Amino acid sequence: MFEDGAIINELLIERLNYIIYVVLLLIGLHAMISKQNLIKKLIGMSIFQTAIILFYVSIAVKDNATIPIYKTEHDPHGDAAKAAVLDSNRSGEETKAFYAPVMLKPEETQQYSNPLPHVLMLTAIVVGVATLGLALALCLRIQQGYGTVEEDELLVKIERSDARYSQSPLAKAKNRRRTQSRNTRKPRTSVKSTKSIGKSAKSLESRDSTKTKKTTSKSNLSQPKKKPASTSRKPRSSSSKVEGSKPTTPKAPAKKASEKTRAPKKKGAE
Amino acid sequence: MKWISLIPVVGVGVLLLFAAQDFPEWGDPQSPASQSPVASHFINNTGVDTEVPNMVTAVLADYRGFDTMFETVVVFIAGIAVLAILKGSGGRRRGTRRAYEVEAEPDIIVTHTVRLMVPVIQIFAFYVLAHGHVSPGGGFQGGVVMGASFILVALAWDLDHALVRMSLPRCMAIAAAGIIIYAGIGFLSMFLGGEFLDYAELEKVLPVSREMARYHAMLGVEIGVGFTVTSIMFALYANLSTEGRLKGGL
Repeated sequence: MFEDGAIINELLIERLNYIIYVVLLLIGLHAMISKQNLIKKLIGMSIFQTAIILFYVSIAVKDNATIPIYKTEHDPHGDAAKAAVLDSNRSGEETKAFYAPVMLKPEETQQYSNPLPHVLMLTAIVVGVATLGLALALCLRIQQGYGTVEEDELLVKIERSDARYSQSPLAKAKNRRRTQSRNTRKPRTSVKSTKSIGKSAKSLESRDSTKTKKTTSKSNLSQPKKKPASTSRKPRSSSSKVEGSKPTTPKAPAKKASEKTRAPKKKGAE
Repeated sequence: MKWISLIPVVGVGVLLLFAAQDFPEWGDPQSPASQSPVASHFINNTGVDTEVPNMVTAVLADYRGFDTMFETVVVFIAGIAVLAILKGSGGRRRGTRRAYEVEAEPDIIVTHTVRLMVPVIQIFAFYVLAHGHVSPGGGFQGGVVMGASFILVALAWDLDHALVRMSLPRCMAIAAAGIIIYAGIGFLSMFLGGEFLDYAELEKVLPVSREMARYHAMLGVEIGVGFTVTSIMFALYANLSTEGRLKGGL
């Protein structure tokens, strides 16, 4: 089974380092792809990085070779060099010429493993630490802003806040036109109330116009410090109406309810 | 849904294992990486060019000095970015304590142990940094050990205790000073007639040979790297553990 040439021998005995690196790399890759938690994704990234580092360092290994630091006999400042200096002093030769280290012979080169992968991986580790710190800071900020680092929840929340705040100019113009035409058709009942909407959570609730008056009055109570009503309120609330009316996931009503309950608390914290 | 991700993962794995058969065997001295002229050049010429016994340090700080300089800049920028992201973001929750935040007196056993250990750690950090030419070590490693000593202080007492010794403005100043030391050595060698980071030209200001000038300039840039890494490591910890508030923390 383990004779020369067999594929299991090839892979398991002589190339075990590659197996390990591939397995580690796959663990990291799988974590990065399939995990929803951003921190777990980061852990996967670190494992991935470790696999690459292992790959490079294992390439640097040479049989019967030592670490890439000169042995005493090749050390430019070691005992051998000192002895050479002493010798040269004794024999009256010029010290400097004798003291200068000589280039290694090819067979001596084989005694040292390859320094280059070590240097490259040193760079990779340091930059990896820096990027990991940065990524963790971003995760913290995401957690502060959205209250979660789970990717699916994040996507829902980001989509919702996108619908509220940052529409593309094109969509905004379209919505404005639509609301204008609607306004001409029948006077809006909630023009006054939408003006006083300070926070986005409410604009979600103003989706059903029957409720609008009630909720806004409630929010006025819960919000002592009113934000200056801007002119862009009207299209914004209507845009949320448009966005909200599209078919959403079955979770949406529950989310809406939770949003409703959370909204006053948020305002109080601010 | 989750299992769909296994398809690309297994595909990549099969490809990599397939390719692994063509890779050199473990420890093969005839492997392309070991036979490459670059590697043999570094092994053969490091002693002649720089008189540094540790080839990794020589390659890192001298032959690839430009790379290492901007690597240090990357670390510095990462520290600044973490500060910029987290600065003031945690103020919203000031006053209220989280569930995991407990008010606890520093433990007497821990603090006394740390009091004994920190000087040793810092001495060891200096050793790792300064001895990086001759033994495994260098600026990054020494800097990380040094930063760990400050983090240990912050863990044993609290963050305020460590911030008294290493406040965040001071951190950033030290980090910037490290890069200035590195780049300054590069510019100095440039103004002395060589190229940027061509340390051999420093022989005109140092009373040593060209080779030893490179040796000592490498120590200089390692010290610069050590400054930056020390302070950025601590700044990262201080910011990440307190969400940028720099108060309380772990």
